[in-house]
Amino acid sequence: MVDLSTTYLGLKLKNPLVASSSPLSQKVESALALEKAGVAALIMYSLFEEQILRDSYKLDTDLSRGIESFPEALTYLPDYGQYSIGPETYLRHLRNLKNVLNIPVIGSLNGVTDGGWVEYAQKIQDAGADALELNLYNLATDPEVSCADLEAEYLRLVTHVRNAISIPLAVKLSPFFTALPNFAKRLAECGVDGIVLFNRFYQPDFDLEELEVVPHLVLSNSNEMRLPLRWIAILYKRIAVDFALTSGIHTAEDLLKALMAGAKVGMATSAFLLHGVDRAAQILSDLQAWMIVKEYESVIQMIGSMSQQAVADPAAFERANYMKVLSSY
Amino acid sequence: MERTYITIDGNEATAYVAYRLSEVIAIYPITPSSAMGEFADEWATQKKPNIWGTVPQVIEMQSEGGAAGAVHGAIQAGALTTTFTASQGLLLMIPNMFKIAGELTPTVFHVSARTVATHALSIFGDHSDVMACRSTGFALLASASVQEAHDMALIAHASTLEARVPFLHFFDGFRTSHEVNKIEQLSEADIRAMIDDAYVFAHRSRALSPDRPFIRGTAQNPDTFFQERETVNPFYATCPQVVEKVMAKFAQITGRTYSLFDYIGHPEAERVIVLMGSGSETAAETANYLVHQGEKVGVVKVHLYRPFSVLHFLQALPPTVKAIAVLDRTKEPGAAGEPLYQDVVTAINEGLAEGSVPYAQFANRPYPRVIGGRYGLSSKEFTPAMVKAVFDELKKADPKNHFTVGIEDDVTKTSLEYDPSFDIEDPQTVRCVFWGLGSDGTVGANKNSIKIIGEETDNYAQGYFVYDSKKSGGVTISHLRFGPKPIRAPYLIDKANFLACHQFSFLERFDITKMAAPGAVFLLNSIYGPDEVWDHIPQETQKDIIEKKLRFYIIDAYEVAKKTGMGGRINTIMQTCFFAISGVLPREEAIEQIKKAIRKTYGKRGEAVVQKNFEAVDMTLEYLHEMKVPDKVTSQLTRKPPVPPEAPEFVRNVLGKMIALEGDSLPVSAFPVDGTYPSATTKWEKRNIALEIPQWEPDLCIQCGKCSFVCPHAVIREKVYDPGFLKNAPEGWQAVDAKFKELPGMKFTIAVAPEDCTGCGLCVEACPAKDKSQVGRKAINMVAQPPIRERERVKWDYFLTIPEVDRTAISVRTVKNSQLLEPLFEFSGACGGCGETPYIKLLTQLFGDRLMIANATGCSSIYGGNLPTTPYAVNREGRGPSWSNSLFEDNAEFGLGFRLTLDKQNQFARELLPAFVGVLGEALVDAILNADQSSEAGIREQRQRVELLKQKLATLKTPEAQHLLSIADSLVRKSVWIIGGDGWAYDIGYGGLDHVIASGRNVNLLVLDTEVYSNTGGQASKATPRAAVAKFAAAGKGIAKKDLAMMAMSYGYVYVARVAMGANDQHTLTAFLEADAYEGPSLIIAYSHCINHGYDLRYGLEQQKLAVNSGVWPLIRYNPLLALEGKNPLILDSKEPTIPVEQYAYNETRYKMLVHGDEQRAEMLIKQAQADAERRWALYRQMAEMSFGITPSNGKGGQD
Repeated sequence: MVDLSTTYLGLKLKNPLVASSSPLSQKVESALALEKAGVAALIMYSLFEEQILRDSYKLDTDLSRGIESFPEALTYLPDYGQYSIGPETYLRHLRNLKNVLNIPVIGSLNGVTDGGWVEYAQKIQDAGADALELNLYNLATDPEVSCADLEAEYLRLVTHVRNAISIPLAVKLSPFFTALPNFAKRLAECGVDGIVLFNRFYQPDFDLEELEVVPHLVLSNSNEMRLPLRWIAILYKRIAVDFALTSGIHTAEDLLKALMAGAKVGMATSAFLLHGVDRAAQILSDLQAWMIVKEYESVIQMIGSMSQQAVADPAAFERANYMKVLSSY
Repeated sequence: MERTYITIDGNEATAYVAYRLSEVIAIYPITPSSAMGEFADEWATQKKPNIWGTVPQVIEMQSEGGAAGAVHGAIQAGALTTTFTASQGLLLMIPNMFKIAGELTPTVFHVSARTVATHALSIFGDHSDVMACRSTGFALLASASVQEAHDMALIAHASTLEARVPFLHFFDGFRTSHEVNKIEQLSEADIRAMIDDAYVFAHRSRALSPDRPFIRGTAQNPDTFFQERETVNPFYATCPQVVEKVMAKFAQITGRTYSLFDYIGHPEAERVIVLMGSGSETAAETANYLVHQGEKVGVVKVHLYRPFSVLHFLQALPPTVKAIAVLDRTKEPGAAGEPLYQDVVTAINEGLAEGSVPYAQFANRPYPRVIGGRYGLSSKEFTPAMVKAVFDELKKADPKNHFTVGIEDDVTKTSLEYDPSFDIEDPQTVRCVFWGLGSDGTVGANKNSIKIIGEETDNYAQGYFVYDSKKSGGVTISHLRFGPKPIRAPYLIDKANFLACHQFSFLERFDITKMAAPGAVFLLNSIYGPDEVWDHIPQETQKDIIEKKLRFYIIDAYEVAKKTGMGGRINTIMQTCFFAISGVLPREEAIEQIKKAIRKTYGKRGEAVVQKNFEAVDMTLEYLHEMKVPDKVTSQLTRKPPVPPEAPEFVRNVLGKMIALEGDSLPVSAFPVDGTYPSATTKWEKRNIALEIPQWEPDLCIQCGKCSFVCPHAVIREKVYDPGFLKNAPEGWQAVDAKFKELPGMKFTIAVAPEDCTGCGLCVEACPAKDKSQVGRKAINMVAQPPIRERERVKWDYFLTIPEVDRTAISVRTVKNSQLLEPLFEFSGACGGCGETPYIKLLTQLFGDRLMIANATGCSSIYGGNLPTTPYAVNREGRGPSWSNSLFEDNAEFGLGFRLTLDKQNQFARELLPAFVGVLGEALVDAILNADQSSEAGIREQRQRVELLKQKLATLKTPEAQHLLSIADSLVRKSVWIIGGDGWAYDIGYGGLDHVIASGRNVNLLVLDTEVYSNTGGQASKATPRAAVAKFAAAGKGIAKKDLAMMAMSYGYVYVARVAMGANDQHTLTAFLEADAYEGPSLIIAYSHCINHGYDLRYGLEQQKLAVNSGVWPLIRYNPLLALEGKNPLILDSKEPTIPVEQYAYNETRYKMLVHGDEQRAEMLIKQAQADAERRWALYRQMAEMSFGITPSNGKGGQD
């Protein structure tokens, strides 16, 4: 019998398949279904501070619009005694998930203000999260802000959060770093336990009929895992943190590659959204079958086995790869 | 026991008690009582229990008649039941009131007394509604203040249980219902102690029950009815004693003493005024003042008006009285006198002449002179000066009877003169007046200030707020008083110690500083800094500031608001200035209290909102400057006249006064006798409220007409015209070649009315033309108004001089062409971005010159007909929509009446016409009788024929000729439209609507469906969709929207369309044309985005698209004419839903707030709403796909 167990952020997991942050965690039923299908841990959908601020301002604006102006309609909507504006809904849901699930539940946070990052991180910890994943999602659009400024700001925030909580902490990054290894190293120095590669930005699309910019969600495919695959392979053992690979894990083969690159776990969402949560059971069963056929004893055995430091040709992960692909046309 | 003081308004003070003493509450919105029902609904949603520990059942009914019926049923079944209403609503309850009283059933109706509509509707306060209930058998109990409304509510509930006589507890609409005052709160224990449960059990034991069956409500014959009607006499005879006893118990518990008739004044008064309601507070305070001046005067405040206790009344009068003035806040034309006057005369007559007063206190004295007068109709001010005038009148040997006070009646000379400078205000009372712009937060901030002063200091405090009848950009005036003594001054402040003007532009429109007392503080929100502000102030204001030695402060509140993310809301900033300058609290403490109030008000909306307000408070004082006032007037500016000098005389002299807020000064002779007003007067009222207005980019314009089509205020228009008009065009005039195939060689221009635009931006959102190199630039873009105001005004004026297009030269069947037609509905007071008015405007463009509109009460009657100015306009030929509003509930029937008359007159004219063949010639008679009026050209030709007919008839003097002449216009086709909102169509007027469409007559009904009662502030109707939050459905509406279209389609001969202009403008246009063309009844249900939906209405059109795309609002047409051709009459004009309902719904706070408030319920309801949409779509699709080979009607509305 092969051993599928692994560890991630110090958490003992029964296998290396984790459900990444997605709408599937917004419902207790779908979270339970994921657990039943075999995923080893669940990352909750992100608590977006920006969303909280937006909801708060919008509610205030909409409840205030036009009021106390016309004698027959001094207000236009009933005003409740209390609103769940703020993290309460998220935290309540987190507590619910912790109550009903046996697998670890990892909170996810995207803040915008100093106070927000720290306050919400603490609240997620207090609500019982087994770990916290910080979602550093900030599109750098201001030409006056250098990458050094931006990275320093990230590190400052991560340090604040790290100092504020005691549960394991992971940071989920976008691929847009000029010197990713250096930044990963500095993250590790801040006390981060894990790094998740990579965040997928919503990429807007153009509507040519209306000439408008429109949001467009495209689910990942297996090809997308190449980018994090390469970077985890490069960073593995160079940076002393746990890695998780997210984006493009749809099959057992994808998961195997992630592990061999050096990820402690592979995270999936698109596969579940496309094929249903039972896809998790399929992936795990295929993983097990593959390991049996190939006579692997454990997952731990293969983690990092094809990292840059472990392969015979480390240069394959660097520029040569690019040239080879081009020359193949 | 320590008593609690709270600062609340009369509605809340009343509802607080009524809720705690009820098991069932039946509600329906009507101004000014709606808030009582809203409180009840919100408290029930929050599961607040009554004094017996159970949460009352609160149910909204379809009308006040329905509410009264539900109350009647609930009390017959044994529940403690209440309701809240006013005005027309109370009138609808009258039939049930007779029944309830006849059956001796305890209940209390709480009424914020409001004017009953006569020559005009008025939402304001008087006693005409309550007085209409005198004969019902209800006890009528009057309150005069917020404290009394609180107390009398309890006294009424306690009394009705014991007396078995139902009670109508009333207080003055707005003046008391909306006045905020510091009152001593009744505790739960107080309320509990006042109610004897034995009476509750007795009430239940009398209830209908199959366990002890009986019948109640029989029909009787002449042999017995009369006698039985007299059986109730003992209950009415003892009722006053019951109330007296309850009042005594109340005094024991609370220390506040009331009598059936309270006497205030000199114990040996010779002149006495008798009155009830808030005016009695003013009269009592004035009497006390005059007594201190040595006068022998007094006031009788009536509390228990019915049953009228002659004994108690006479006991209340001082025996020394020589002359009595009875003041009624109502008018009964043709009566011997107003109700209270007649009762007083009767009482004195009975008491003296019949010797029924046991102690004969008036023995050996001359019979007192009694005179009656009217005051305060429709919340007309009633001041100490007026009270004094009445006392002075009583001094005269021959005082005027049936007088009026508070107006100048120069026609029938009823009015008493008074000295407006007479002032009794306590110098220790600080008086503050704040002028604000609706929605800038001024009123809300002042309400908070009153609460702070009332609840955090030892001061008593009072706030009263005067609002505008315009729904956008209106003026608010807040009147605040505070001081060490209780404030009993239910009238406006006219000499303020603290005067604030929160909008600089008001200085050019209104005489603001007129209200400042000498030496007062004047705080001005100024976009100009300390160095430049003085010269921007009009001369008149400068003069006042200097002469009255005002302490002048300025603040740039908009700058502070901008810097702190407050947008246009300057409430907390101006509030901070007020506390900082007034010194009512030490500055630090004031700021702490303001912040506390901010947290209380906004905390539940999120910490970010609180912090934003805190920042604004903290930044304010840096921007506050005390000005050194120059010693002379230097300004080159003067205040602008309210209307331009070229306006017609009536507009200048009457409407202009109203616009300048000086309508109170107009005498009776200034007004029409029957409520008739000229059309087309909004154009004279340049409100100039938009900060940004649309600007046309001719190079991008594709001349599609969409911008003009959607404009709610008809401020963006287009014309096609002869190039010759370019010659005299003003500077900056823009024109391009017209792209209309019917109109070759012409020019095209889009113009904007810069001073009438509200800046909503709908036109920009509708514009499909984008710059190919910069897609953000459209053919219409919003730009700052001030820099281009003058230029655009000149252009607009020139635009209006260019002739309109020949209506017969174009087909109006396209959106593009339709917008060349002149709108005859313009510059209304509707909200910026209103979703209703574009439909009405379209109606006037298509049929305006032959249009008769019956308008249900509601938003459309307010922006359509609320003075001072009227938006329905007139074309160059002098034709335009004729418009009238009857009531809320009867609009379909009212409009049907128009059609009946038109048809009758048309028929009569056609009957008369053949007799004139000899004079008119056979050809003309034939042509008139057989005219095809299905097109613009056909109508024009018929008009020409009728004109000729009238000319010829004018020369004939026979009665038949004169009859025909007087009805000849009925030979030209008219279009009757019955317009109203969903509250009318789905609820209160549904029975009538159903009957009218069933009648088969040629009327068109346009339902402006905002899915709530918009005008009264968003209460749920049966049009409210599932999952949406509305008042009276605070927990989110749990049942699906009524499908009115489906119900109408079931007749088979009613043309039905459901339209959404933002989703498909061509569909809307087609539906309007088809409805008019159809010779039977037509019903159009129009999606109308609304401020009640809770989002920026600029995006209303987009929301309409989403509503259609989600299946929430399928576009349909059901045309019975198609059935004649064997086709299926139902056409589904929108595609199968492509997005989930929540993608549409959660853009709107009416849906989204439930997610924030009760996520689980929101989730459940939105799922059900999704299912509703899918089910409805499936049903429609099946119906539209059915083969339809039957011909159910003759295609003319099913008429024989």
